[in-house]
Amino acid sequence: MLAPMLAFTLRRLAVAIPTLLAIATASFFLMRAAPGGPFDTEADLDPEVLESLYRAYGLDQPLLEQYRIYLANVLKGDFGPSLVYEDFNVTELIAIGLPVSARLGVTAMLLALLFGGTCGIVAALRHNRLFDHATMTMAMTGIAIPSFVTAPILALFFGLYLKLLPVAGWNGGAAANMVLPVIALALPQLAIIARLMRGGMLEVLRANFVRTARAKGLPERQVVINHVLQSAAVPLVGYLGPALAGIMTGSLVIELIFDLPGIGRYFIQGALNRDYPLVMGIVIVYGALIILLNLLSDLAYAALDPRVRRTYR
Amino acid sequence: MSALLEVRDLSVRFNVGDAELNAVRSLSFDVSEGECLGVVGESGAGKSQAFLAALGLLADNARARGSVRYRGREILNAPRRELDALRGRRMAMVFQDPLSGLTPTARIGHQLEESARRHLGMNARQARGKALEMLETVRLPDPRRCLALYPFELSGGMRQRVMIALGMICEPDLLIADEPTTALDVTIQAQILRLLGELQRDANTSIVLITHDLSVAAAFSDRIMILYNGRLVESGTTHEVFRSPKHPYTAGLLASLPSLTIDPASDLPTIPGQPPDAMKSVQGCAFAERCKHAMDRCWSERPVLAAPGAQHAAACHLLSA
Ligand SMILES: Nc1ncnc2c1ncn2[C@@H]1O[C@H](COP(=O)(O)OP(=O)(O)OP(=O)(O)O)[C@@H](O)[C@H]1O
Ligand code: SF4
Ligand SMILES: [Mg+2]
Repeated sequence: MLAPMLAFTLRRLAVAIPTLLAIATASFFLMRAAPGGPFDTEADLDPEVLESLYRAYGLDQPLLEQYRIYLANVLKGDFGPSLVYEDFNVTELIAIGLPVSARLGVTAMLLALLFGGTCGIVAALRHNRLFDHATMTMAMTGIAIPSFVTAPILALFFGLYLKLLPVAGWNGGAAANMVLPVIALALPQLAIIARLMRGGMLEVLRANFVRTARAKGLPERQVVINHVLQSAAVPLVGYLGPALAGIMTGSLVIELIFDLPGIGRYFIQGALNRDYPLVMGIVIVYGALIILLNLLSDLAYAALDPRVRRTYR
Repeated sequence: MSALLEVRDLSVRFNVGDAELNAVRSLSFDVSEGECLGVVGESGAGKSQAFLAALGLLADNARARGSVRYRGREILNAPRRELDALRGRRMAMVFQDPLSGLTPTARIGHQLEESARRHLGMNARQARGKALEMLETVRLPDPRRCLALYPFELSGGMRQRVMIALGMICEPDLLIADEPTTALDVTIQAQILRLLGELQRDANTSIVLITHDLSVAAAFSDRIMILYNGRLVESGTTHEVFRSPKHPYTAGLLASLPSLTIDPASDLPTIPGQPPDAMKSVQGCAFAERCKHAMDRCWSERPVLAAPGAQHAAACHLLSA
């Protein structure tokens, strides 16, 4: 069983390389096709200065030549200099921002999975009873309220009013500084996960094989653990992959409100300022993350469902 | 023979939207120790629901009323804990659809061992041995390998055998086999029925065979019970029912059996008309619409089962006319 899974993983990783090159190519040309240039905001630049800037960054070369140089550098792991953050190159910016966002995102997701998953399971087992209605109402609210509302409320209440936690700042990733942003990130995810888990459970609880398990005289607890959970978690897997990629690459809103040095703000700043190398670098990293997480979720599908496992052989 | 299972006045109702569906209507019967009872009826007659109710396995939108006693003890709507001690151990059910009846994510061995460990107090190794023994008993080819397989890796006939093994593993007193052969081809069908017969003899298990096929019931059971529209319309020994059916519906079923002399491809005589709608309740005889003997009385007055508990009884006004 392990050998075919390993082969499957290696095959997928091999395919990832051309995919990433395609992403790099597409983002390169799409960026250039967009109107505007990197130094537009500095309105009254002397044409001569502008020209020397273009030359310094190699932007005076023919487009295809620029593309060739860019790809060659990317293959060496060099995403080039940032045009906006002048003292940094893109690789450095990603190395600063990504760990912050990833750490917040992964923590938030784990939290959401733990609590959302549990709520979903219990709600399904108490179908149409008080707990079910209460959690689903809260889940609807959790999904409906955007984080630019919850985040400031959390900051005001726990930071300014109760003075329990820092209002903002990263502080090298201290636990106290992470609490509020993680909660703000986790809440909507928790709500979605609870709903997905509940839906999956309700679906499976109706299945004939659950009746067979009950007919064996198994207590409900054992029925759920041995016969329901594994199948019920399948819808969750499809959601978690892309959602995790999204949350790990930073949330501009959360990063602005809590003043965090995540990658989300670099991406927005880069895009607004036509910082070609920065945007492309982040897009490629994002693509790599998605590919990786899709692979992980396919492996998770295989772990949950023996029929899927067989198709991977 | 004393009664193993006594069912009295059992009704099963489903809530469907704001309507009610009566799947089983005041049904009474006994299953005796060691006997084999055939339960026959068209699709929707309430065969499955009657026995699911007895085991406490109805869907959430169903309500069961009446009384079901196992060895004298009331079990209808009993608390889960009490049911768990009986189900799988004393009373087991082989479900209608073996394709969806086995957990897709668990190995066959595990699904069998679970029962043995729960009810027979076996450890993992003993339970594995018991599971293997059961797969041999139901004559699954290459049983040792099958223990490690998942349900989707087995054919329909093999899955049906696994279901029977699952039902028999704790040697229950009563095995309810719900259409155990419907999805299978004729040779396998015969094998499965023979297997059930052997198990019944060897372990003295009472068997309830639910089927829409009168000939299957006839070949297999000591007694036959015919359900129509959720009610018992005729019951008796297989011999009596075949020799002198009392209810026009039974007579119709018998007439529609393919006899060996008729070319099976030619048109078989079937009972004209549709089975009644379980959502509606009629005042008189539910079969009246399709009955060529129907009289005025049949439309207004429901026939009761004459001499319930007797060797051979039916619910039809012709019998009291
Ligand atoms: N969950 C449910 N909700 C509503 N109606 C149901 C439900 N389950 C079964 N029924 C109805 O109950 C009636 C009796 O069903 P039952 O399963 O006992 O039929 P059956 O005699 O076993 O027929 P078959 O040969 O098709 O299995 C049918 O009309 C069916 O539609
Ligand atoms: S009671 Fe009347 S309608 Fe019903 S089966 Fe007998 S004769 Fe036919
Ligand atoms: Mg049925």
